[in-house]
Amino acid sequence: MVHTRPPKTTSRRLGQALLEHGAFLLVFSLGLGLMAWHITTRLKVVPVFMLPSPGRVLARAAQAVLDGTLLINGLVTLGEVLSGLALGVLAATTLGYLLAKSRPVERLLTPYVVASQSIPVVAIAPLLVIWFGPGLFSKVLICALIVFFPVLINTIVGMRTVPDELRELMRSLRATRWQTFTLLEVPAALPVFLGGLRVGATLSVIGAVVGEFVGAKYGLGFLVNIGRGLYDTPLVFVAVFTLIAMAMTLYGIVVLLEYLLLGWQRRPERISRTDEE
Amino acid sequence: MLPSSPVIITHRLSAVFPDRNGGLQALDDLSFTVWPEEFVCVLGPSGCGKSTLLRALAGLLPPTGGEILYRGERLNGPADGIGFVFQRANLMPWRSVIENITLPLELAGLPHWEALARALAMVKLVGLEGFERALPRDLSGGMAQRVAIGRALVHDPALLLLDEPFGSLDALTRERMGAELLRIWQANRKTVLMVTHSISEALLLADRVLVLSPRPGKLRLDLRVTLPRPRDDDIRYTEAFGALARQLKGAIG
Repeated sequence: MVHTRPPKTTSRRLGQALLEHGAFLLVFSLGLGLMAWHITTRLKVVPVFMLPSPGRVLARAAQAVLDGTLLINGLVTLGEVLSGLALGVLAATTLGYLLAKSRPVERLLTPYVVASQSIPVVAIAPLLVIWFGPGLFSKVLICALIVFFPVLINTIVGMRTVPDELRELMRSLRATRWQTFTLLEVPAALPVFLGGLRVGATLSVIGAVVGEFVGAKYGLGFLVNIGRGLYDTPLVFVAVFTLIAMAMTLYGIVVLLEYLLLGWQRRPERISRTDEE
Repeated sequence: MLPSSPVIITHRLSAVFPDRNGGLQALDDLSFTVWPEEFVCVLGPSGCGKSTLLRALAGLLPPTGGEILYRGERLNGPADGIGFVFQRANLMPWRSVIENITLPLELAGLPHWEALARALAMVKLVGLEGFERALPRDLSGGMAQRVAIGRALVHDPALLLLDEPFGSLDALTRERMGAELLRIWQANRKTVLMVTHSISEALLLADRVLVLSPRPGKLRLDLRVTLPRPRDDDIRYTEAFGALARQLKGAIG
């Protein structure tokens, strides 16, 4: 339940992978997949309207780019994803900080927070669309809801990882609340928090699609729906691949943030331990 | 001795060490005085409330009885001008050596260049030149504790509290750090109260040694260390040192 993968290993793995043979392996694996796909369509094991060839999907993508549908619908979804992510992260960090700071608040609210998570977002998405209309806002809300929980949990767990001894140090130095927050709590909780953000960023894309499935006039989820209705399977593929690219980019941005902000966890040892004492 | 007023007076101090069962009586009826530029060691068996005493003096733990006067005023909460060195170095792992040392100055709102200049002087004093930009994870235990000492001294505190600062180090490193602390103190006279459970460390460093009884900690002995200064490590092998050590050993029981 708790999303606490240490970011250390991932960022290290990423760095190594890109530097060494990872880039090659990635291209190789993608090429292999494309090849398998192409051969499957060539052998005509499945009808074309079910599985179009990579070439046809590519042609459909080019068409969607040229007539602007991909751009407009992609931007709408991206807007929903980013707004929802921002709203969800803002709400989750604020509430998470309060929950971590106060045991009574935690006891009071935890049942509701956990209960809210047992309701699948897919189930309440129609309700939100009924309440807030088929426009942007209901999608943003669905994204925010789906992002909320992992970020909340990791904010709380991150705050718990702040060492008591460092809190005492700050207290003995008469640090203000704000100083303790910015100089101790934020940097100490950041690794676990970013782990939650990584999960939240990808979930946000799912939230937008769920919202668009229920009712929308634009968006990549809307394109998937249209494509399905018209048996325009290549268009469905184009929309799905765009969604994947979007989720991966968001994930990559968080990994990059980890790389930039958590350098202290990664830096290799340059100083030998034996030169003193 | 300087004709000035005491840095610390504790008057019938008692304190409770907080734990799950509502707390343990850690200190009972403890009265003593620490004068400026004095180096006082607090010695006692494990669990005699030594650390509780330091935490009370740092203003981190309110006493349950009696009072503490710090520079003539009753202490409520952390006071200005106290440096605290914890059992473990307790550094911020995301900050470099120099950034860990500037922390107290940053909190006090000093301009960056001034904080940096004073921290660099501290790096020199504790013998860590060349390691300014190293991260705590790249330091050995002894080096990390040097950073902690630098951090505790950088804001020029009136009182330095050391809570078994070398307790987690191996025996050899520990002896070297003791000698090192002696050198730092002789270069930079401060009022120091240090908790230790090592008799030889106490005798090497202190002007006075306070011996506490097992819980609840009461004052058993207030011994003036008459060994001449400046001292160095070799003093451990003198006869006077041996006699004082036997006296302390007897008091601890």
